[in-house]
Order: sequence, then structure tokens, then C-alpha cells
Amino acid sequence: MPGKLKVKIVAGRHLPVMDRASDLTDAFVEVKFGNTTFKTDVYLKSLNPQWNSEWFKFEVDDEDLQDEPLQITVLDHDTYSANDAIGKVYIDIDPLLYSEAATVISGWFPIYDTIHGIRGEINVVVKVDLFNDLNRFRQSSCGVKFFCTTSIPKCYRAVVIHGFVEELVVNEDPEYQWIDRIRTPRASNEARQRLISLMSGELQRKIGLKVLEMRGNAVVGYLQCFDLEGESGLVVRAIGTACTLDKLSSPATFLPACNSPSKEMKESPLVHPPSHGCRSTHNSPIHTATGSRLTQSFSVSVPTLIYTGMGSGSAGKEGGPFKALLRQQTQSALEQREFPFLTLTAFPPGLLVHVGGVVSARSVKLLDRIHNPAFVGIMGNTRSYKLLDWNSFNSDEPETRDAWWAEIRQEIKSHAKALGCHAVVGYSESTSICEEVCILSASGTAAVLSPRFLQEGTVDGSLEQRVEENLPVGCGFCHIPYDELNMPFPAHLTHCYNCRKQKVPDVLFTTIDLPTDAVVIGKGCLIQARLCRLKKKAQAEANATAISNLLPFMEYEVHTQLMNKLKLKGMNALFGLRIQITVGENMLMGLASATGVYLAALPMPGGIQIAGKTPSDGSYEQHISHMQKKINDTIAKNKELYEINPPEVSEEIIGSPIPEPRQRSRLLRSQSESSDEVTELDLSHGKKDAFVLEIDDTDAMEDVHSLLTDVPPPSGFYSCNTEIMPGINNWTSEIQMFTSVRVVRLSSLNLTNQALNKNFNGLCENLLKSLYFKLRSMTPCCLCHVNFTVSLPEDELIQVTVTAVAITFDKNQALQTTKAHAEKSLQRASTDNEELLQFPLELCSDSVPSHAFPAAKEHPESASSNSGTPAAQRAVTVEKASPMGDGNFRNRSAPPCAGSTVGVVKMTPLSFIPGAKITKYLGIINMFFIRETTSLREEGGVSGFLHTFIAEVFAMVRAHVAALGGNAVVSYIMKQCVFMENPSKNQAQCLINVSGDAVVFVRESDLEVMSTQQPAVNCQPTCTGEVTT
Amino acid sequence: MTSELDIFVGNTTLIDEDVYRLWLDGYSVNDAVALRVRSGILEQTGATAGVLQSDTMDHYRTFHMLERLLHAPPKLLHQLIFQIPPSRQALLIERYYTFDEAFVREVLGKKLSKGTKKDLDDISTKTGITLKSCRRQFDNFKRVFKVVEEMRGSLVDNIQQHFLLSDRLARDYAAIVFFANNRFETGKKKLQYLSFGDFAFCAELMIQNWTLGAVGEAPTDPDSQMDDMDVDLDKEFLQDLKELKVLVADKDLLDLHKSLVCTALRGKLSVFSEMETNFKNLSRGLVNVAAKLTHNKDVRDLFVDLVEKFVEPCRSDHWPLSDVRLFLNQYSVSVHSLDGFRHQTLWDRYMGTLRGCLLRLYHD
Repeated sequence: MPGKLKVKIVAGRHLPVMDRASDLTDAFVEVKFGNTTFKTDVYLKSLNPQWNSEWFKFEVDDEDLQDEPLQITVLDHDTYSANDAIGKVYIDIDPLLYSEAATVISGWFPIYDTIHGIRGEINVVVKVDLFNDLNRFRQSSCGVKFFCTTSIPKCYRAVVIHGFVEELVVNEDPEYQWIDRIRTPRASNEARQRLISLMSGELQRKIGLKVLEMRGNAVVGYLQCFDLEGESGLVVRAIGTACTLDKLSSPATFLPACNSPSKEMKESPLVHPPSHGCRSTHNSPIHTATGSRLTQSFSVSVPTLIYTGMGSGSAGKEGGPFKALLRQQTQSALEQREFPFLTLTAFPPGLLVHVGGVVSARSVKLLDRIHNPAFVGIMGNTRSYKLLDWNSFNSDEPETRDAWWAEIRQEIKSHAKALGCHAVVGYSESTSICEEVCILSASGTAAVLSPRFLQEGTVDGSLEQRVEENLPVGCGFCHIPYDELNMPFPAHLTHCYNCRKQKVPDVLFTTIDLPTDAVVIGKGCLIQARLCRLKKKAQAEANATAISNLLPFMEYEVHTQLMNKLKLKGMNALFGLRIQITVGENMLMGLASATGVYLAALPMPGGIQIAGKTPSDGSYEQHISHMQKKINDTIAKNKELYEINPPEVSEEIIGSPIPEPRQRSRLLRSQSESSDEVTELDLSHGKKDAFVLEIDDTDAMEDVHSLLTDVPPPSGFYSCNTEIMPGINNWTSEIQMFTSVRVVRLSSLNLTNQALNKNFNGLCENLLKSLYFKLRSMTPCCLCHVNFTVSLPEDELIQVTVTAVAITFDKNQALQTTKAHAEKSLQRASTDNEELLQFPLELCSDSVPSHAFPAAKEHPESASSNSGTPAAQRAVTVEKASPMGDGNFRNRSAPPCAGSTVGVVKMTPLSFIPGAKITKYLGIINMFFIRETTSLREEGGVSGFLHTFIAEVFAMVRAHVAALGGNAVVSYIMKQCVFMENPSKNQAQCLINVSGDAVVFVRESDLEVMSTQQPAVNCQPTCTGEVTT
Repeated sequence: MTSELDIFVGNTTLIDEDVYRLWLDGYSVNDAVALRVRSGILEQTGATAGVLQSDTMDHYRTFHMLERLLHAPPKLLHQLIFQIPPSRQALLIERYYTFDEAFVREVLGKKLSKGTKKDLDDISTKTGITLKSCRRQFDNFKRVFKVVEEMRGSLVDNIQQHFLLSDRLARDYAAIVFFANNRFETGKKKLQYLSFGDFAFCAELMIQNWTLGAVGEAPTDPDSQMDDMDVDLDKEFLQDLKELKVLVADKDLLDLHKSLVCTALRGKLSVFSEMETNFKNLSRGLVNVAAKLTHNKDVRDLFVDLVEKFVEPCRSDHWPLSDVRLFLNQYSVSVHSLDGFRHQTLWDRYMGTLRGCLLRLYHD
């Protein structure tokens, strides 16, 4: 029994009136953990009760501590009838379990009821006393830290990156159990919330065990998702990257940190999950999954595309022994792992060597019905509820799901291999479910990684050294990883425009963030491809077949759109690419978002050329040439807008940039700059003829038009879906995170693909326009991490949810620094090239980015602090933020005391806070809420209902962070927002799942004051050191 | 394609001051959109009407949700649902409780009851203020009244504490509460020339000097069990005012008073002769107002009486304001030299306030 959980109920405020006669409430509180319940006294007749209870003590084992949430129920005492529930608070006590995170949870929590929403607040203090010493405790999965952030968290250093961890658990969905017919909606919602909370806790614990097995101490890029499969159940699955992290304030613990847990692990009974019986059924499902009952389900695997650069080129002869050596070593490091995937999107300097391109895989599955309409009569709130799950009844369930995912991951792995890559980075998985059909998707970026972080101390020191000496200049990752002589597909290669040594593709697509050392010209922009496809309503297998037949066409079209839009912007690379395919009853939607940039290393993109099929017609010709002119104008305008003026490069190196007249047989296609083999462009799509759009096809015309109707953001606005906007690095501290949701009803008459596309396009464009309008007071600003999610809740309904953060920047300064930086890096590029020539041939035959690269200075967070911003200017930025109130923020390292005004908690989908330094990670926030109403009209209709609910969710997240002693949530994400309505019954229901990392940050201006006052501030000097070296 | 649902929720609640004003002014979403279009915002921002509509709806929804909290402003500070910077919170509250001059003049001194609420329709038509806005303003008056009515301590402080208003606005509300409680008549035709500011000024003086609170603050009777209230006039004081009647009832005293004033002011007033002829009338008027204040009915008519008995006679003789000031000063001070008059303190308490009020009320 390793722990004692202590809970104190202090007070309540703003409680609802429960007794109409007196307009007051007789409130008391039930505190429940596991099977133990305590009660406070009844505080008579008050809306602001002061319970000031004793410490309620729960003696529990650490498994429970990890799995169970603390459940606090506020009730109104009623002498004659049953006590009425006012609402509940669920507190995840996980953050109290690691030594470095929070030590106490204390603060005001909103009291939440699934029917009435937030009803007052309650002040609670929670502590955990651990019986065993810290060291021993760390061996249990409790000690493993979780981060949603998809990069190495700011105040840590990666010692080893162990690799991919995944897990899933399955249960029946309480909403679909027979008992649901007789219980109240409230009880049903609460059962569901509790179940998911338990399942998430369990999942996290299991992943933690896997991390310990791998000798790691943390999971980075942890992404947990729910699949609401309806009748067939509820799946909670998670993926992440196991790492050994070292806190930067204690740099001495390089090896002991990762070695000691592994040694002692074997001695500790806690790490052997089977000893706890039924609760840990699948610790390594991958190994057992093969040969499971896959045949039971219908499954279609969809041909997968590999997005990479296109074009042709002469084969190079480089590739010398160094490359081989490096590859061999990394490969051996990675091959120990079943799936060499990383969920990271940003990497410690030196890890990412080459990027191959995006790999993705989709598969359409039919969800099985659960064959046991399991006996779940004893639902209740007891522990046995959970024990009833798959273990006894449908033990094959998780295996099926595991097998599905294993299959997809295998496919991804083989795609990566085909690209000459041994790893996949920026990896993510998603599902789309409609009735019994489920599309599983996985995507990532094929990459070659340096062995530096992948193994513990096995890297040959001299090799590493040589790698580091071999300085690339922000272009290394663009160099093709595959063998030019034996390419997996026909590709168009040119010499790298930066170092002029290696080959690069003409276009690069990736799912990762822009590497910090990448040399970019101009600014980036959000690029979206949007697509709808009608589909006949069908059942089961016919439906699945129809969907899987449509998928490749959609993928192709999404890709074409992206490519065309990228060229229209005059850019040559996409980062953060996320393609979402959503399935509905009668249609499929595709939405791809990415951030386009101009990489200096890649060739200048060619224009877009339009050609008619029947050139004889004069007026037609004229029309075509008119269109052509419009397109050319747009490209020119965009280049100006995004400040893309690449330096002129002598022609002998790049080849001829003159358009090829041969391409006239196509209506609309990307044009390559190189002279020969242009016809081989559509390499990855199989037979290109199948996708050629004829000129007299009106659809094709529409496509061209829609291409041109994308309006650029108004002046002063930029947008991207990556962490940072290339070309802007002078952020002020004014940030505004927001969620916007729109649901539109399509008129059901004469729906055509064309009309649908137009509607969908309009919906997204309007949404963006609304955002720009709403945030106009923040200009100049950039919408970062713009995340669109599409769902099709009903036949004719389309729901689009957007979460993003708007950050203002200082325009003048930003321009200066960009220019200076661009010049500097170009300069550096040339000098480095000269230096390179002095090395033996084998060394300069390949280049590997090194962590010592000075361009790390352009890191967004450090930009304002380290690149020598004059104090006066910084003062301006702080002052600028204050009208928004955020500037007035008072740093609170201690939890807020009762009665004080509410402290500001910032929320951002980014992993950093501009103008501030994260000093502590307090733990993961992972919350799931259900809200239901039977008085929709009275709550302001669907908009009023959802608006309130989302505001409440934000409030609950903020309250939890504040109670942990934090002042911000980073890497915040709304993973699910499932909204269902039934206006005729005046009802609606919504499920929201959010997560993020609770942190403490200190404003950089405050930090300076602190450091002058007391120079021994723990983390600061080391942090700065890390960034600059 | 019709929009079923359209929302925007920021971690920091977005407040558009212009839209807030339109909402407070009681415009419907469509009217507000039309007004915003007319302001030229579309041209400035390049937005479409649809965007504007959606934006306006969003803000209206937010304000609607905030309204419940604005009814008890401290709640707005402690609530967790909307993260609003303190400066914005203050702005929301201040604007919500700000009222229209035209409206307050209609309601000032009336009982804040359902009956009056029914008249809001007429007030709306008369003033051109939307009914919705009238209702908000009326409900604000009533809410503040209800909360502070029975409270001890300074009226202004109580209002500030419970509604977090600025000093200026809290003082205005104190006047409104004071007037509503004492039901001073302000609507008569002859009072129409007076602004809310005039009444508020008088109210403040009266609260400071004529209420129980004014006595309670004095250290002379700390044991007093009386409610320390700013809203009720000091009944005892009003009762005592009867004693002043001697100033006009006793002919000798009146003559003496007159001669003292005339001697002091001779050559200093441009309207000396008018003053001399009118002295007895004016003095009678002022003293009788005091003597009548025992009756609630006469308390209500205080301002009517003051205007009738003093402001109007002087105005008809074209007294300049400076002369009125000189006269009132001398008129008050001279009483101290009346040997037979024993109620000097009472007189000062009465006349000190009245002089201030009269000077404020004396304009066209």
C-alpha cells in the first residue's frame, strides 16, 4: 500500500438554490475514491457553505491512484426525500504522483452537472502521502511523466528516445447498455464520464509500464483518443514516444537517470502487471495480435499513397561509406523496435537527418457487434463495474482492434522503407466512424534519424564527432534519403540549392513542424485542400466497399489540390500536413491542412499552366489564356504577399526554369522545371491518365475557379497550422486561444459533388473570414496551430470545429530580424560550403544536422530573449499586452487562496508561451465531459448550448491547472467535440475531450528581474545554455 | 446551406465595446447589424454581411450569458466561466449600470415598483430609448435599491461594495436610491428645467446632512441604537424644523432679520430693492418649507416648493446668480445675530444644505 490520499473540503460558493421555499441550500459533500466514501456535515441554509472538513484519508495502492479519479459530489440534504445532487468534480490525482510535478492540488473547482452545467464552485485541497521512498516509487508506472507536447518539453533534455508506445482498452459503452433505458440521462452520462476516466487512467498506467520496460521515464507526444463505436463499444487508445528525459536543472544525472529504474525494476513486484490479475490483460498486444480473429470482421485495405517530391533527375554517385555506416547503425538501433515511429513533430537538434516524405495508410473496417449483450446489471458505481469488462466476456475485442492498428502500422513501416527511411516521425493515428463503418488512418513522415538519441551510450563516439563536424546548413533534412539509382518511384531531383552537394526533390511534404534550423525564404501560409464525395447509402460490406473504392480518388484529389495551391502560393514545401477523411451516411469529406513555405534548399516551384484540349476554337483559347493570366497574376501577388524572393541562382546548377510547352495536353498540372522526363510526374498515383481532367469538363473549370477563390487573409494576418510561422519570430506575449464550431445543413435537393464542394469550401472560407474579423484588434497577428476537424453528425449536417491560437507580433522588428537572419544564413551557407571542401570526400558526401548549429537561435521562444532584444522594445511588447489583461498577470507559484480573485490561466495549442519561460511541468490534463439538455430552446438553442458548454470546459481546464499551481496549459487540444441534437424533442447532447500539459511559466521580463535579484534561480541559466548551444 | 450552429469561444472572452453598446441600447441583432454596416465597418475590414451577422450574434450570446453575472457584479469577479481581464470586467459593469439622462429624469423619485415598470412603454415612446434598454435601466435602479435599502453605513460605499461601480456612478445611484426612497416629486412641469445632475447634487447634500447617517457619523452619540442609514431622512430633525417657524411667526424677529440682511447687502446687490420688497415672502417661503417637512406629502414636494417659493420669484425679478448667493449667505448668517433665536445649530443644518440646493437649482 504505497500511498495515502488526503482530501479536505474547505468551502463552496455560488451554489444554486435547491430549496425554493427558503431560496437557500443545505449542502454537504461526498468524497469518494475507489470504494471508500466520506461525507462532510450538512451546512444548513447557505449558498456559500463553509464546511472546513477534517482531512479525509484514503489508504490506497498506487494502481488505484493511477486509474481512479477522485470523485467529489455536492448534494442538497433533504430530510424527507432523497438528497438532490447539485453536481460533481472529478479530480485526476496523477500529477501528484511524480516527484517533480505538483505537490498539492488546491483551489476552486467548478461543480459540474451533466444536465445543468456548472453550478457553483467548491474549494478542495488534495494531497498524497507516499509511504515508500521516492526511489522505490519511481519504479512503478506512477513515476512515468506524460506530456502531450510533441517535442522535448522545454525544461528537459532528451537522453534517449526509446520509441513508439501504444495501447488500447475496450469496454462497453454505458450509453448502449440495457440499463440505460431505465436510468436517468444524468446517471447514464455520469457512468460514461466515470468509465472513460477509469479507462484513461488504466491506459496511461499501462503505457507507463511499457515505458519502464523500455527503460524510459517519460512519454512525450502522448495522444489519447476515444472511438465511440456505438453498440460495439468504446475504445480508448493512446500512442506516444517513450523517452528518457533529464531535467535541465540537474545535468549531472546523465546515465543514472535511465539506468537505475531498469535495474531495480526486476526487484519490484509492482512492475509486473500480471500479478494484478485481470486488470492488465494486454500489455503487449502486438505480439499476440497476429493470428487473432481478424477474419471475423470485414476489412478493406486501401491502397496508400506516398507523397513525396516529384520529377526526374539524373542519378548521383554519392552515397559513400559514411552514409552507409550511419544508416547501418541507426537501423540497428531502430530495428529492435517493432514500429520505429515517433509521435514527435519537433526534434532535438541533430536527430533528424533526412526526410523522405509523407507516408499514410488507411483501412476501412466493419465494427463487430459485441456478441455478449453482457450482463451488466451491477453497473452502479462500484469497482466491479470495471472488472466486468472484456476480460470475462469479449476478451478478443482489444486484440481485434490491436490487430487492425498493427496492420496499418505495418503498412506505414513498409512505405517508409520504400522511401529509404527506417523511421517515421510526426506519426499520428485517427479514426472516423459512421454507424458500423470505421476508417482507420495513420500518417507520418518517413525519415532517417541519427543514432544519437536512439540508444543508450552505444553510439561510437568518433562517428558522432564526425557527424557533428560535418555541418549542414539547414538543408540536410531536405536531402533525399533514398538511393538515386534505385528510386522507389520516379522522382524529379535537383542539386540542393543551399549546399549544392546533395540531391533534393522539387517539392517536400511532411507531417512535422518546420525544423528550427531550416532556411526559409519569406513567410508561410495555411494551405487547405477540401473535398466532398457523395456516396450511396449502403449497408455493411457494400458500404465499406463503396468507401474503400472512393478513398484513393479522394486522396489523389486532395493531393492535387494541395499541390496546385502550393504552386499558386509560389512555395515548395508543406509542413504539418494533416489529412482527415470523414465518413458520413451519404458522403465522404476530405480536409487537408498544412503550412506552405518556401525552403531555400528546394528549387523554385514552376507555375501552373492551363491548356485546352481543343485549341482550334479561338474564343475558347482566349478564355484559357485569360485564366492563365489570372493564375500567373495570383502567383506573382502571393510571392509579394509572402515575401518570397529567392536569390538568383546560376542556371547551370538548377537547370532551365522555362516552362515546357509539352504539357498542354493537361488542363491543370504542376509544371516541372527540369527539361526531360516531365511526363513521369505523377509517380505515386499509379496511372496518371486516370486522373487527367479534360478541358471541356465543367468540373475542371470549377476546380480552377475554386483555386482562385481562396482569399488570402486580410493584411496584418498570417495563418499556419504548425507551431510557429516561418519568417515571423518576434512574438509579443498577447495570445488568444479559441475554439469555433459551425454546423451547416445542406439543402438536400440535387446534391452534386460540385455543389457539395462549393458549400464545403464556402463553409471553411467563411469560418476563416469570421476568425480574421473577430481577431482584428490583435493585428498584426498570426493564427498558429490552426486545427480544423470535420465531422458529419447527420445526413445533411456538416460540422467544422477549429481550434487555434492568435499571437500578435511586433511587425517592424519581425521584418528586420527575418531579413538579417536570411542574409546571415545564406552567408553562412556559402562559407560552410567552402569549409566542407576541406574534409575528406567520404565525410562531405553526406551531411547531418548537428545540435551545435547556431541557427537554433531562431527558436521562437528564445527569439525575443536571446537575440538581444533591446529592453525598451521589450517593454513595449509587455505594455501592449496589458490591455488584454494578460499582461497584468501575477505570477503564482502557490495555489490561489480562497476568496482571492481568479488568476489568469493561459491556454495554447502550442508547446511554448511567447515571451515567457516554462519553468515546470505539472502533469497532463486529460478531461472528458458530457453535457446534455432537455430544454434546448431555453438555453439559447444549439448555439447557446454549445457556447456555454465550451466556455464551461475551458473554465474547468483552467480551474484544474490553477489548482495544480499552474498558470498555463500548453499543447492544448480539443480531441473530440461530438455534438448531437434533436430540436423537435428540444434535446441536445455533446461530448468533449480535451488534453494538454499544465505548466508554470514565468514571463521573461520577470525572469530578468528575478535573476538580477537572486542570481541562483534554478532553471534559468541552464535553459538559456541549452538554447544557445 | 443554412447555418445551424455558429459559435466562437475564446479562452479570454472577447468583448467588442461597440457591440456591447448596441446591446445595452437594446437593439435586436438585426438592427445592430444594420447599424454596424452603416458605421462603415465592412469597408474598413473587408468583411461580409454574413461575417458581421455571425459576429454580432456571438457577442450578443456572450452578453446574454454575462448578464446574469452583471446583476451581482462581485460574482463576475469570482466566477470561473469567463476569463475576462479586470479592466474589461470594470468596463462591462460600468457600462451595464450606466443610464440615460432622459430615462432617469422620467423615473427619478418614483416608486420602483411594478406599476412604474408598466409605464416603461410610455417612457420608451417619449424618450426614444428602446423598451429593452428602459427595462435594463429600471431593473438596475430597482436592484441597487433593494440591495442597499436596509443596509447600514454609507450609501455610496454600500453601492460601491456591492456593485463595484466607479465613484461617480455610485454617487448617482445613491441619489437615485435616495430619491426613490423619499419619493421626491421631480416630474412636475415646473421642474422640467432641472437636470438629473441638479437633483443628484441636492441628494448628496441632503444625504450628508439630513439623514440618520449624517447624525450617526457624529461622534456625539456612539451608543445610538438607531439604524445608521443614509436613505431615510432624520425624522427627529424634520420634527425639530418646526421650531424654525418662529423666524417668520414672530414679527419682531422677522423685521430684525430683514434689517440685518438689508444693512449688510446694501449697495452690494443689483436687485437690492426687489430683495427688500420680497424679503418677507422669500423668508416665509423658506421657513415654511422647513416647517412642513414633518409630513411625507410635503417632503415629496420639497423641490416643487423650493422652485415655487424661491427660485421662481427670484427668477421673475431677474436676480443674477451672484446676488442669489450673496443673499442666501447673508440670510443664513444673519440669523446668528438674532438674540431671541435659540435654534442656531438646527438652522445651520437646515440652511446649509438648502443654500447649496437652491444655488444649484437656480438656473434657467
